[in-house]
Amino acid sequence: MQTSIAALIKPFVCDTGGLLKALHAVQNTYGYIDAVAVPVIADVFNLSKAEIKGVISFYEDFRRSPAGHHVIKICQAEACQAVGARDLTEKIRSALGFGGPFSGCDTSVTGRITLEPVYCLGLCASGPAAMLDGVPRGRLNSEDFTREIKALENGAEG
Amino acid sequence: MKLFLPLDSAAVAVGADAVADEISRVTAKMGHSVTLVRTGSRGLFWLEPMLEIEDENAVGGRRAFGPVSPEMIAPLLDGNFSDDHPAALGAVGDIDFLKAQTRMIFSRCGITDPLSLEDYKIHGGMTGFGAAQKMSPKTIVEEITTSGLRGRGGAAFPAGIKWNAVRKAKADQKYIVCNADEGDSGTFADRMIMEGDPFLLIEGMVIAGLAVGASKGFIYLRSEYPVAEHILTAALASARADGLLGASVGGTGKAFDIDVFMGAGAYICGEETALLESLEGKRGQVRAKPPLPALEGLDGKPTLVHNVISLCTVPSVLANGGAWYRDFGVGKSTGTMPFQLAGNIKYGGLFEAPFGLELGDLVNRIGGGTRTGQQVRAVQVGGPLGAYLPLSELDIPLDYEAFAQIGAGVGHGGITVFDDSVDLAAQAKYAFDFCAHESCGKCTPCRIGSVRGGELMASIIAKRQNGGDVAGTLDLVADLCEVMEDGSLCAMGGMTPVPVKSAIQYFPEDFTGETDLTGRTDFTGEKNK
Ligand SMILES: Cc1cc2nc3c(=O)[nH]c(=O)nc-3n(C[C@H](O)[C@H](O)[C@H](O)COP(=O)(O)O)c2cc1C
Ligand code: SF4
Ligand code: FES
Repeated sequence: MQTSIAALIKPFVCDTGGLLKALHAVQNTYGYIDAVAVPVIADVFNLSKAEIKGVISFYEDFRRSPAGHHVIKICQAEACQAVGARDLTEKIRSALGFGGPFSGCDTSVTGRITLEPVYCLGLCASGPAAMLDGVPRGRLNSEDFTREIKALENGAEG
Repeated sequence: MKLFLPLDSAAVAVGADAVADEISRVTAKMGHSVTLVRTGSRGLFWLEPMLEIEDENAVGGRRAFGPVSPEMIAPLLDGNFSDDHPAALGAVGDIDFLKAQTRMIFSRCGITDPLSLEDYKIHGGMTGFGAAQKMSPKTIVEEITTSGLRGRGGAAFPAGIKWNAVRKAKADQKYIVCNADEGDSGTFADRMIMEGDPFLLIEGMVIAGLAVGASKGFIYLRSEYPVAEHILTAALASARADGLLGASVGGTGKAFDIDVFMGAGAYICGEETALLESLEGKRGQVRAKPPLPALEGLDGKPTLVHNVISLCTVPSVLANGGAWYRDFGVGKSTGTMPFQLAGNIKYGGLFEAPFGLELGDLVNRIGGGTRTGQQVRAVQVGGPLGAYLPLSELDIPLDYEAFAQIGAGVGHGGITVFDDSVDLAAQAKYAFDFCAHESCGKCTPCRIGSVRGGELMASIIAKRQNGGDVAGTLDLVADLCEVMEDGSLCAMGGMTPVPVKSAIQYFPEDFTGETDLTGRTDFTGEKNK
């Protein structure tokens, strides 16, 4: 893995903002940024491991463990709140058995679904909005969408 | 037969791709000869997916149907798109929501194929560049100054001053950076124009490059916009192939190229100095100003940072002249603004109009009030750092000065509507929580203050139910807001008090259960009597 990571990120070393591009590339390839990647990235970019970790932890997008088969980002921002995002979020979270505050990312026990908060998807006139595996979704009905997620959790498809 | 269907995220989000698939399936099966063009969106989001058919006899050249579902496709084709269909909207040019607008920036959005440079040129694209090409850099900047254009990203800083500073700066390398981080909730104008008319942004950036002497541009795009990334990347490739980008842009002998750079989910990276840090591959931490990015920006080089809409306005200014542009709008708020009607609103979408429109008119008459049909109770203007306004304040004109006078801002033009089920104490808590979540961590009032603010609001919400000294806690909130306003380096910490204080000022009953705060906490900037 280490050698392939090094090869993957080398093209970005001299680019403007190359480190962010490299981190995106690692995550796109492996689904997350494993701890073993950190020293490799540090080495290639000639930075300290602390600096790499600092950048990874700053950005919401970068995951340090694998996500579920399906990633659902639910918009938590104002325009979606105004049309029931809180209710939608609660229904889905309770259907998947998540408790506590919705702050980080939660992965269901089956490992099939990862639920993440997102702050605006630019679908603010079509809320409540979400992104399911990278596909934008709008005007969601709490019951229907919860059922859809439940079906994915039960392995309906994918 | 020629059909048009948006590829805009907001159309896709409500099923446009399934409609497109069904059109291909049915037409292949029935042997209809149909061309389907995927366009940007007209911005009438309550009607998406909105399907249009070419009809030279219709006003605007097309008739529209919406919202359409895949099941409607076969019957629509069979019925030859008769206007008797329940989803028929009639001629596009007769739709009130569109007729009432002044579409300058969004003039092509929803009409053309966003990936066809030829379409762009046929519909008036590149005329700004054509004019700029014949001008000296100094003259281009003068046109921008004359136009009175102010930055659309939120701070509303006069563009001409910034352009001049970058133009005059001496350096071996200068940059144009487009701020496409569009983090404000309730806004989607940047996304729409990037998805619906990407060459407009490219043209604007090329003109800016000619004017200030920059040879390289970046579009810093938020990762929440994958459709925009795809479209921009494809549009940039066509622009390069056409010679609009490259070693000699449009044959001027000047080099300019643009890269798309993906953000990674951080609201603060919309702040221009945090954006530049991020673009350098670092944590998106805000830089102290000065130095201004205009003099020391990306990699320490002079950098013109502009919002997407600011840059998309540039071609119109150059094509028609700064003096022409200045005549739109009111006072020092010149030109048009794409207002975004969001949240709980019946006719939500994009409404481009000159500054000066009354907020209430936009929300109630044009926007049709709430989607739920309940009474409008609060309207937040300008994203998460914007004020919550009650019905009684909706007669305010949408212009920078009028909003500054009440301690609020127009920001990026987002207008988020809430009905009477909204709890302003919960919204004030959210404002603090959001700040805590997104703070870059550089200054204590923002990093710690926002967390404390969230706790204070939680305690107010608890006391409101169970009894307790709400007024005393509100006093603490007032103090905290003052500290955040005075002690924060950027508007994240400095303006989080705006939604909080406006919520308390205009909706005191949501905090105390009483409407009268006489003799208690002061949230208006003046002492309560
Ligand atoms: C917390 C914060 C977030 C911001 N987010 C954005 C944003 O998402 N998009 C944007 O164009 N400007 C944003 N700005 C404003 C930028 O700092 C900057 O003023 C703007 O990009 C300049 O371009 P303009 O002159 O065209 O507005 C933000 C500012 C702050 C303080
Ligand atoms: S106010 Fe907040 S976001 Fe802005 S620089 Fe300070 S800590 Fe960072
Ligand atoms: S607020 Fe939810 S998509 Fe913008």
